[in-house]
Amino acid sequence: MSRISQQFEQLSSAGRKALVAYIVNGDPVREATLPTMHKMVEAGVDIIELGVPFSDPMAEGPVIQKGHERALVHRVSLTDTIAMVAEFRKTNQHTPVLLMGYANPVERMGYASFAERAASAGVDGLLTVDLPPEELEGLKQELASRDMDNIFLLAPTTRVERAREIAAHASGFLYYVSLKGVTGAGHLDIESVKRKLDEFGKLTDLPMCVGFGIKDAASASAVAKLADGVVIGSVLVDAMGKMAGRPAGEVADAVGAIISDIRQALDNL
Amino acid sequence: MNDVNKQTVDYSAFPDERGHFGQFGGRFVSETLIYALDELQEIYAGLKDNPEFQAEFDRDLAHYVGRPSPLYHAERWSRELGGAQIYLKREDLNHTGAHKVNNTIGQALLAKMTGKSRVIAETGAGQHGVATATVAARLGLKCQVYMGAEDVRRQALNVYRMKLLGAEVIPVTSGSKTLKDAMNEALRDWSTNVDDTFYIIGTVAGPHPYPQLVRDFQAVIGREARAQCLERTGKLPDALVACVGGGSNAIGLFHPFLRDESVAMYGVEAGGDGVDTGRHAAPLNDGIPGVLHGNRTYLMEDENGQIIETHSVSAGLDYPGVGPEHAWLKDLGRVKYVAINDAEALAAFRKTTRTEGIMPALESSHALAYAEKLAPTMDKEQIIIVNLSGRGDKDILTVADIDGITV
Repeated sequence: MSRISQQFEQLSSAGRKALVAYIVNGDPVREATLPTMHKMVEAGVDIIELGVPFSDPMAEGPVIQKGHERALVHRVSLTDTIAMVAEFRKTNQHTPVLLMGYANPVERMGYASFAERAASAGVDGLLTVDLPPEELEGLKQELASRDMDNIFLLAPTTRVERAREIAAHASGFLYYVSLKGVTGAGHLDIESVKRKLDEFGKLTDLPMCVGFGIKDAASASAVAKLADGVVIGSVLVDAMGKMAGRPAGEVADAVGAIISDIRQALDNL
Repeated sequence: MNDVNKQTVDYSAFPDERGHFGQFGGRFVSETLIYALDELQEIYAGLKDNPEFQAEFDRDLAHYVGRPSPLYHAERWSRELGGAQIYLKREDLNHTGAHKVNNTIGQALLAKMTGKSRVIAETGAGQHGVATATVAARLGLKCQVYMGAEDVRRQALNVYRMKLLGAEVIPVTSGSKTLKDAMNEALRDWSTNVDDTFYIIGTVAGPHPYPQLVRDFQAVIGREARAQCLERTGKLPDALVACVGGGSNAIGLFHPFLRDESVAMYGVEAGGDGVDTGRHAAPLNDGIPGVLHGNRTYLMEDENGQIIETHSVSAGLDYPGVGPEHAWLKDLGRVKYVAINDAEALAAFRKTTRTEGIMPALESSHALAYAEKLAPTMDKEQIIIVNLSGRGDKDILTVADIDGITV
């Protein structure tokens, strides 16, 4: 069983909601990422989504776009991101880490090479925003043969037949995009999230996490009532951007403070 | 890359139903957009061969755009070059001054069918933005055009044209501030406003079905050119030359000729400072296959898979990718892709203006510069058709700037 599945099993038996949190590797500087990852775990994150910087992050809102741009100033790459996970694994073997990014850096490295290097570094899964199931050929086997999970997005516009097909390709968990739009958008509609989750929940046994547009303890609690977990990203990346130039420890602390708040809210549900 | 392939391919059967041209094309987008692409594909599949839709499209092209565009024999220039006879397909004479309007007319008809009240577009040189703003004005649709901040600066005239037409131009300040970033921003907008918005993509790139439908709308160029050439000269041309940024004017000219094995085809990319300098926009000459903007194609990228900044004197060619059908035609060996650098394109701009009294767009000037090299290597009885894809008025300030003149 993958580290991600184990984590959900433990959370479920403890009656807790999963807190999945996203930061961009190398944002605002390379040195900030490792202490921030450890601080995230300490503050209550269950799964880390480590963003792979990309020059054209098409699904991101302005906040996360800037995170990618800050990391790219230091030329932070997919190779560096895999190496970051290896560093993290030196002292943490239990927290799942998945890489989130875009197809082209993975294509450039080569699917087999990527899967091999990522698996041996201790990466648990991959979420590629622009690689829907119908374009997966080649990568799927490479990930599966190394027990790495393939995380897929479901959207408000996804039709039921298609959601069923996506669920058949997915492993680890399914990521429901709570709104039509980009990351960090401000028009979350809890009623519509509930409707879609009711519909999609019947199609799969996989845990369902909800992200996009969750920015604080209140929105996280509201969404967590409907799902197995929540994903936060922009709120962390925004804070990290504002801390650019400060020592890495301070950046990590700022992220930890935001997470603690949300963790507490989830645990009080 | 071999000739056996080339002769056995049924070009009309591509893309396949999932939008692939061999390994290229496809649909690499976030999940939110899949529904909108499915919807567009269904609507287009239903209308593509519908005689009424086609008749309306043809009527608009005839009476609004002014088609057919002439096929003009550039006699003086051909004589000077002393080789093949050069004919210019005068897309510069279309309403709005470029080939782009053929496609926006077609997509606006599709938008009308979907009942969406708002259209968005990305634009580089501004020609596609102007063509979109034009059809939006005519149909009473709300129109927003994304344009890289750098392009807003160097194409000020087109920006103002769009505003006069009632469109809102949104400068994009992320990334390299050019066409690729405008396309990112348009895709983000579309994800957000997918319910009421139709995205009019301006070139034969992007996710399926765009490369197919833009090609189909632009193929009127090649159909006309083929018939005009046969009528005027009694034979097919020996060579076709067109510039390639995303590649819509080139595919429009080439596609109806793909089965004519005797017709050589040359796609001319922007060589910028020279392909060997790395400062250019020529992915088919100096790129590798990758994934950007919804399709797999040749891209300009670094060793980490980051898309790199391109360079060209012409904003309309300043794009790090290229339509997937071109990538496929390159690998099949059916079309030869070459590059012309900034200086050569500027020389051709001046030459065509002085010799034929036609001021071409800097984009089209790349094709003219290659024809200038090609013609002397051919016989006087042979024929080259160059796609004069747009007029050069929009580039006057750029050229003046290079000349050190303030207009």
